[in-house]
Amino acid sequence: MLDVEKIRTDFPILQTEMYPGIPLVFLDSAASSQKPTAVLDAMDYYYRALHANVHRGIYRLSEDATNAYESARERIAHFINAPTSTQVIYVRNATEGFNLVAYSWGNTNVQAGDEILLTEMEHHANLVPWQMLAERTGAIIRYLPFDKQGMLDLSLLPQFLTEKTKIFSFTAVSNVFGTINPVKQLVDAAHAVGALAMVDAAQAVPHMAVDVQAWDCDFLAFSGHKMCGPTGIGILYGKQELLEAMPPFLGGGDMIRRVTFDGSTWNELPWKFEAGTPSIAEGIGLGAAVDYLTDIGMDAIHAHEQFITHYALEALSEVPDLKVWGPAVASQKGGVAAFTMAKVHPHDIAELLDKDGIAIRAGHHCAMPLHQKLGLSASARASFYLHTTTAEIDKLVASLHRVRHVFRL
Amino acid sequence: MDSNMYREQIIDLYENPLNYGTLEPADFSYEEDNPLCGDVIRIDVRLDADKRVTAVTWSGDGCAISQASASLLTEAIKGMTLEQIKVFPKERLLELIGVQLSMARVKCALLSLKVLKAGAYGLPDPEEIRSQTET
Repeated sequence: MLDVEKIRTDFPILQTEMYPGIPLVFLDSAASSQKPTAVLDAMDYYYRALHANVHRGIYRLSEDATNAYESARERIAHFINAPTSTQVIYVRNATEGFNLVAYSWGNTNVQAGDEILLTEMEHHANLVPWQMLAERTGAIIRYLPFDKQGMLDLSLLPQFLTEKTKIFSFTAVSNVFGTINPVKQLVDAAHAVGALAMVDAAQAVPHMAVDVQAWDCDFLAFSGHKMCGPTGIGILYGKQELLEAMPPFLGGGDMIRRVTFDGSTWNELPWKFEAGTPSIAEGIGLGAAVDYLTDIGMDAIHAHEQFITHYALEALSEVPDLKVWGPAVASQKGGVAAFTMAKVHPHDIAELLDKDGIAIRAGHHCAMPLHQKLGLSASARASFYLHTTTAEIDKLVASLHRVRHVFRL
Repeated sequence: MDSNMYREQIIDLYENPLNYGTLEPADFSYEEDNPLCGDVIRIDVRLDADKRVTAVTWSGDGCAISQASASLLTEAIKGMTLEQIKVFPKERLLELIGVQLSMARVKCALLSLKVLKAGAYGLPDPEEIRSQTET
């Protein structure tokens, strides 16, 4: 069991009041998580004591900065069990990871008539870059459907994964339903037809132990800011031989070996994909986030979220007029509960909850096609993390009852 | 919870909207959505020879604020001239709504006015533009 009260003291923002006497109840970690002091301190220390550009200076400070930045990469690689840190590329966020693969790998490997398989539950980050690739190449995008419980319909896999499929890119955990997808099974199915598999791990890496070698995925992307790290940093993992064969994504400093007036040759991995002065403080901050999460233990964090999700699903099921979307059982779900309440628009729910200091997301959560399929224009979403308490869920439920009262339900 | 936010008037109008429906034919009609939250509002206006509003309806779907705002706006412009509609101040509509709105919700509140003015200025339907550029 986590010592949640102690963990809460690690997050300065959780001590703040949203309105006089009304503490923050932060239930929007799936959009972006809060930051523990350890991460803030690591970034602050870098700027105060270590700052210089990396990979360039022949002086002590630059070497120290480079070491801090590269040692963070090592720890992040270890965190997801990547075979080497050269396969761990710093990007801005998961979105940039998908764009990098769709451009660099996609432009050279995908042709007219080829198929790209996605699922109906994808975040826009794992939709739009592929749609743009399809636009450039004439490739066809197909979407593996989800069923009434918000689970992927695996019985349809043989119809959707064919020898035409070049890549199957899917989320490990749905950011709306919370559905935990059978990643290994999906990766194996892709490989069986000769397709690559890319995993959107933005909602997985922050919440559960992820092992890229056990999954055997070809690419995987996640964002730092959803896992207690800063914004502006994320990771693209890829298999060595694939990354080596891919052309650079962005050109500039750091990603070259040699530049002449006639052309350039590329740096080795991972720097081939890291043009320009990188987000050094953010890389160091993400390293500190990984240390923080590792100290607490990903299995303990996952168990706590399962407990909270189970508690929340039970509590929400007792609110009349409210429907929770996605799997009804916590064990099939990440720490997410998307819901709607009769005729009350999610924005009205969120606004009224805010008056009680409760922060939830309302809208389409960057998953418009998913909502279209459900016939919804929007939903409300509460999401949980290692610092979420049952008392906070109780406050959410009490506040939802007040919403019903205001709307005369 | 500050229920003043959702003054009784807003909830009343959400439950029993004013001027809800469509007009066929209309002198101008316009529809737009806010993809962020899925609010959608259509307004139909009929004018007399002096370009005064003789009939106005709205239809659509969305949050309590956007829907109440459409009721209040359509009520307020009855009898106004086309020129008066074109310069209808947003502050006036916010006053009519009469509750303190956060920045994000001001957009919801003003969607109806945006739709009305686009119609009054004779802007082409965004859906039409989209379908034309796609073909």
